Amino acid sequence: MDRVIFEVFRFIPEEKSEPHFDRFEVPYTKGMTVLQGLLYIQSKLDGSLGLRFACRAGICGSCAMHINGVYRLACETQVSLLGEHIRVRPLGHLPIIKDLVVDMTEFWEKYKLVKPYLIHSKNVPEKEFLQSVDDREKLTRIVDCILCGACYAACPVVDTHKDYIGPHAFAKANRFIRDSRDDGTFERLRIIGGEDGVFRCHTVFSCQEVCPKEINASGSIAELKMLTTKAAFTAFDRSKLKM
Amino acid sequence: MRYFPVIVVGGGLAGLRAALEVNMHNIPVCVLSRVHPVRSHSLAAQGGINGALGNHVRGSNDSVEKHAFDTVKGSDYLGDQDAIIRMCNDAPLRIYEMEHWGCPFSRTSEGKIAQRPFGGAGFPRTAYAEDKTGHVLLHTLYEQVVRFEHSSERADITVLDEMLVTSLAVDDGRCTGVIALNLKTGNFEAFQSDAVIFATGGSGRVYSNSTNALISTALGAYIPFKDGAPLKDMEFIQFHPTTLIGTNILMTEGCRGEGGFLVNNKGERFLANYEDSKKAMEVAPRDIVARNIQREIDAGRGFENSYVHLDIRHLGEKKINERLPGIRDLCIKFANIDPVTDPIPVQPGQHYTMGGIDTDINGASDIKGLFAAGECACVSVHGANRLGGNSLLETIVYGAIAGKSCAEYVSSLAQTKTGAEKVEAKLRDEERRAREIVAKDGDYLICDVRDELAQTMAQKVGLFRKEDQLRSALEDIERAKDKFKKVKFNAKSKSLSYNYEFINYLETEASICVSEVIVKGALERKESRGSHFRLDFPKRDDANFLKHTVARYSKEGITLSYKPVKIVKWEPKERKY
Ligand SMILES: Cc1cc2nc3c(=O)[nH]c(=O)nc-3n(C[C@H](O)[C@H](O)[C@H](O)COP(=O)(O)OP(=O)(O)OC[C@H]3O[C@@H](n4cnc5c(N)ncnc54)[C@H](O)[C@@H]3O)c2cc1C
Ligand code: SF4
Ligand code: FES
Repeated sequence: MDRVIFEVFRFIPEEKSEPHFDRFEVPYTKGMTVLQGLLYIQSKLDGSLGLRFACRAGICGSCAMHINGVYRLACETQVSLLGEHIRVRPLGHLPIIKDLVVDMTEFWEKYKLVKPYLIHSKNVPEKEFLQSVDDREKLTRIVDCILCGACYAACPVVDTHKDYIGPHAFAKANRFIRDSRDDGTFERLRIIGGEDGVFRCHTVFSCQEVCPKEINASGSIAELKMLTTKAAFTAFDRSKLKM
Repeated sequence: MRYFPVIVVGGGLAGLRAALEVNMHNIPVCVLSRVHPVRSHSLAAQGGINGALGNHVRGSNDSVEKHAFDTVKGSDYLGDQDAIIRMCNDAPLRIYEMEHWGCPFSRTSEGKIAQRPFGGAGFPRTAYAEDKTGHVLLHTLYEQVVRFEHSSERADITVLDEMLVTSLAVDDGRCTGVIALNLKTGNFEAFQSDAVIFATGGSGRVYSNSTNALISTALGAYIPFKDGAPLKDMEFIQFHPTTLIGTNILMTEGCRGEGGFLVNNKGERFLANYEDSKKAMEVAPRDIVARNIQREIDAGRGFENSYVHLDIRHLGEKKINERLPGIRDLCIKFANIDPVTDPIPVQPGQHYTMGGIDTDINGASDIKGLFAAGECACVSVHGANRLGGNSLLETIVYGAIAGKSCAEYVSSLAQTKTGAEKVEAKLRDEERRAREIVAKDGDYLICDVRDELAQTMAQKVGLFRKEDQLRSALEDIERAKDKFKKVKFNAKSKSLSYNYEFINYLETEASICVSEVIVKGALERKESRGSHFRLDFPKRDDANFLKHTVARYSKEGITLSYKPVKIVKWEPKERKY
């Protein structure tokens, strides 16, 4: 393989252009990633190509997009795994600002809804809060979320119910609920168990399938459904709300 | 034009910590960042953050003083000792604060924050969360920003992301705001403020072989520089010994801290063959390990003339998954090798900018009302060589300090909200300049000028430096300047919304200038100290060079002067490990 064809989604709503795909020929180099290909286009062929990137190492969450039918991070996707034809589109369910750049405002607003920070009512110790290795283990993986938006874009419920809070926010909520130092379960469950909350999830696992960090968002949603139900049965007895 | 008493430029660890501190003083603050805060490069930090917590079984005798001494010695005595002592002293406080804010550190069997050994440190004092320490620290700080936003106790904290700051407004020696390009709309916006804190990170991408994010460019150092803030010690560039071949993605020092070996093509742990690394072996300081790897490669004992092996296979799959899962993931995705079964191919690469905007011990720069913190600043706590784990520490310690002194400065001002005309005028300047840039129709591609220069820096201003190489780099820089005058703006759409051609232009201009500062500093420093190694002057020369390089910008060119190092406790000695 010495060249790759990139078909890249182009659209600038402001300029009232029609959405379309532009075709670019990019010389292939060994180890090339989709992001490298897009940056080649951007720097050599058309400097105005709009996309987001930062770390180029799969950790900042900037470059999630739809690549040959799957939501994934452009920077950690090897061109050689996809072949000579690459078709790139922006994340779904979010308004397009320009080309591959979408407006993530609602994604962040929904993230903020679940109180994504440690809530504790205990006195702050002089040193650290103690946490056992086993309790820390409950946070492994789930703290890896890079808020890339792939799960949100892949979720069919987001498509049909626009206020659905979304897998990224539920995974984040669960990250804190699982944390032995946190006392905010009750506050969060009121939001999570509400109208736009976890019970809208149809458990189709789309979020989990696309997550580049292998975060089990579907599992988190199931856990939260159980907790919410348990909370209802125990008449909101806060002390019983730890898994 | 919008007004905020304090504007923080940068949403990485230093910027967010500074903003929180300003806000704790009940002052409204706005963070402007070119990317959403959680995309900032701080999240790439893998290994950990230093503090004398004494949580490791071998760490019970550790102390603030020992941490400070290791840092001074690591800096090859060029770090300011008062600043270093202050940083090490605040370390436990700031690390515990991050823990109280929810940071999920890895734990010891007693449930305390886990710590690991790191290069140049006398005790295991690097606190970590697997190999994702920067990620969890940055998310924790952003979570606190959200908590502060939700709270009604204080003045407002505002985050405006995808705002690229392109210029300061300086009125009569006082900073009164910034101009930013709103990437979403493609329009320039004016921000008036009583003080500005710069926290724009390192300039790594001046080099082609950098571990840094693609957005870690010289722009953040260049903007205040051209408005009169001096840059200090820019010739000190850290090269990390172990970066993955091809992409130069970092393979954390934690790989060696956990027991990994460096091996040449004869299967030898070659660090044993060098005087300066035979004792500490793989956990000798970065500058030493990096040079010895390069020497091994140059002597033909590397692989394919370009790399050596970092072998962690003997740690076993369980420990690798537990302590270094991110490393395993990166190797599989970017080099198609699994470190459980194969050694990792590594080479030295640019990693950290020790120098930066010259600040005093409170984070204040030479321009009134302009503060700086984090990697873009030079307090200086790293001197000629930064110890692993100390820069994350610097971001939160000096982020908080800069925030505090900025808040005090703003509270002490007799008159606030000044300089509006200057800010408006600057806005018009920037708009005019942008129109000129998008109309450029010369012979060269901007990216080619940028990439050629970055190659020059990697090849001629790298680990080993020499007068003729440095002079030749200066010639390359002059050529880059000429070419840059004749570039073509190669974008079909001239709208500035997410227009990277425009950003590339600004970054390349910054890169040319900052490269010149680096090379001139390196040329004049006729000694070897820490990361700066001159083949033609292989010894440290305290009599002539125990001093900070200070570079200033004027229309006529870049000038250098020097200022003394603050030595308050430890007299310089030979640096031996
Ligand atoms: C791969 C890697 C691993 C590392 N590992 C460790 C480690 O284990 N331990 C350790 O102590 N250190 C480590 N470091 C170093 C450490 O991570 C950095 O020095 C530190 O995080 C820098 O933080 P910062 O806040 O200064 O800058 P950054 O996190 O880089 O943030 C800079 C911010 O400025 C913004 N910005 C820049 N320019 C502009 C502009 N013109 N306008 C608006 N916004 C702008 C960016 O958007 C960003 O938000 C590592 C570095 C790298 C590259
Ligand atoms: S859960 Fe996974 S897919 Fe969703 S935002 Fe986080 S990292 Fe991305
Ligand atoms: S560029 Fe950071 S995840 Fe792809």
